[in-house]
Amino acid sequence: MLDIISSEFFQRALIGGLLIGVTGPLMGMFLVLRRLSMIGDTLAHVTIAGVALGFLLGVYPLAMGIVFALLGAVAIEKLRKAYKTYAELSIAVIMSGGVALASLFFTLGMSFNANVTNYLFGSIYTLNSTDLTVVGVVTAIVIIFMLIFFKEMFMLTFDEDAAAVNGLPVRWLNLAVTVLTALVISAAIKIVGALLVSALLTIPVATSLLVARGFKQAVITSVLVAEFAVVAGLLTAGIWNLAPGATIVLLLIAVLILTLVIRRGVKV
Amino acid sequence: MNTIDTCHEQVISLEHVGFGYEGQQVFQDVNFTVYERDFVGVIGTNGAGKTTLLRLLVGLLRPSSGEVKLFGTPIQRFKEWERIGYVPQKNSFNPLFPATVMEVVQSGMYNRSRLFRRLTKEDINQSKDALRAMRIEDLAHKRIGQLSGGQQQRVFLARAMVNKPELLILDEPTVGIDAQTQKEFFNLLQHLHEHHHMTFIMVSHDLDLVNSWLGSDPKGTCGKLNFYVKHSHNVECVEPDLTHGVLS
Ligand SMILES: [Zn+2]
Ligand SMILES: [Zn+2]
Repeated sequence: MLDIISSEFFQRALIGGLLIGVTGPLMGMFLVLRRLSMIGDTLAHVTIAGVALGFLLGVYPLAMGIVFALLGAVAIEKLRKAYKTYAELSIAVIMSGGVALASLFFTLGMSFNANVTNYLFGSIYTLNSTDLTVVGVVTAIVIIFMLIFFKEMFMLTFDEDAAAVNGLPVRWLNLAVTVLTALVISAAIKIVGALLVSALLTIPVATSLLVARGFKQAVITSVLVAEFAVVAGLLTAGIWNLAPGATIVLLLIAVLILTLVIRRGVKV
Repeated sequence: MNTIDTCHEQVISLEHVGFGYEGQQVFQDVNFTVYERDFVGVIGTNGAGKTTLLRLLVGLLRPSSGEVKLFGTPIQRFKEWERIGYVPQKNSFNPLFPATVMEVVQSGMYNRSRLFRRLTKEDINQSKDALRAMRIEDLAHKRIGQLSGGQQQRVFLARAMVNKPELLILDEPTVGIDAQTQKEFFNLLQHLHEHHHMTFIMVSHDLDLVNSWLGSDPKGTCGKLNFYVKHSHNVECVEPDLTHGVLS
């Protein structure tokens, strides 16, 4: 068992998981509070299309995934402007576009389907140093952005009109949220898998909303919950040979349920 | 007309403003000026364009014709947003939002001039003053969704007042608030109008309330909206603490 933990692939997995455990809930907080959680799922599907095209063309799949996610992010913003009152409509359009493209690329390149599965369900142990560098750079970008614009992001999320009246660059910040989410999703996709990545963005936030009074408190709580699930999930999965991404997500759900039960217990 | 029009500077001016939305003309050739120390009540039924007007005034929407000026500057070049305070409709936020009263009040200071800057000690003291002025300092660390409607309204007023604005814009501030709290709130607004260097625009659907306070003779119109105006020349209070206005 110690063999696994001290192995290089496990340590890479742990570092990658810890980094995504910070950025996932951080971006998730801004999406969930503005009722945009579906964007995470949508961008994950678009990323998969990019990854599949990457395999088809023989280029670094994650790079192609990031390009697709960014294009998807811009398209969502554009459509959201066109259908102001139907935000979910633009999301549905992009989501189905992503799935359609992905399945098209799948059928074109039968041979790489096994590799794409790594990105669909996550394959944290196959994280190579290039993947880890991508995750590291994305994490650095997100953290630097948040250090600079945290207070403006709070204002935007809490009351977009007031943010605009205060002269904040609302449009620019909105675009930044979508773009950063695209980066985080595509970087996280090999770690937890496209099908589960939005869980890492939303479930820690859902848990933190049950306990936190303030915004800073909520952000910190959600990151701690995610980090706990990443570490405990990787260890559990390593020891019992389970799927790591799925184990992490199930742990997140367990923490959420436990928090709900404890809160109810306290109230009654 | 003339004395009122010239004794104070212009705060907002609408010059031949027109606005259309999805092919429908909402306003046409609106001309109206708000002067310093005016209290303007904007009255109209739902759908008469109250929100549209407010959004035009704060630059969230662009007029399709004409010009909006704030403090004499065309709105597209206006930068001094800290001179304007904004109180939104009470039910415009998600009650589960994790934000403490202190966090909300401080956010009033997050404007263009404080981009790339942390709040200073002075800023933080100023936000504490705003809490005290609204007598909500005991609630500073509560989650805003847990407060009563009247308390939430004071939080938003404190947020708007934190920069000591010269113009306060209120969007249906009393929707969903009990009569007693409403009365206290209007006493405070009335005091601020009569004795402080401030100008007000308040959107409301409550005609009786506005008439009893601002008179029943509209000074201007904007589509189906009516503007009721009262001007003040009373001596100004210099006390920074506003609790005297709540108590009086
Ligand atoms: Zn005057
Ligand atoms: Zn006074």
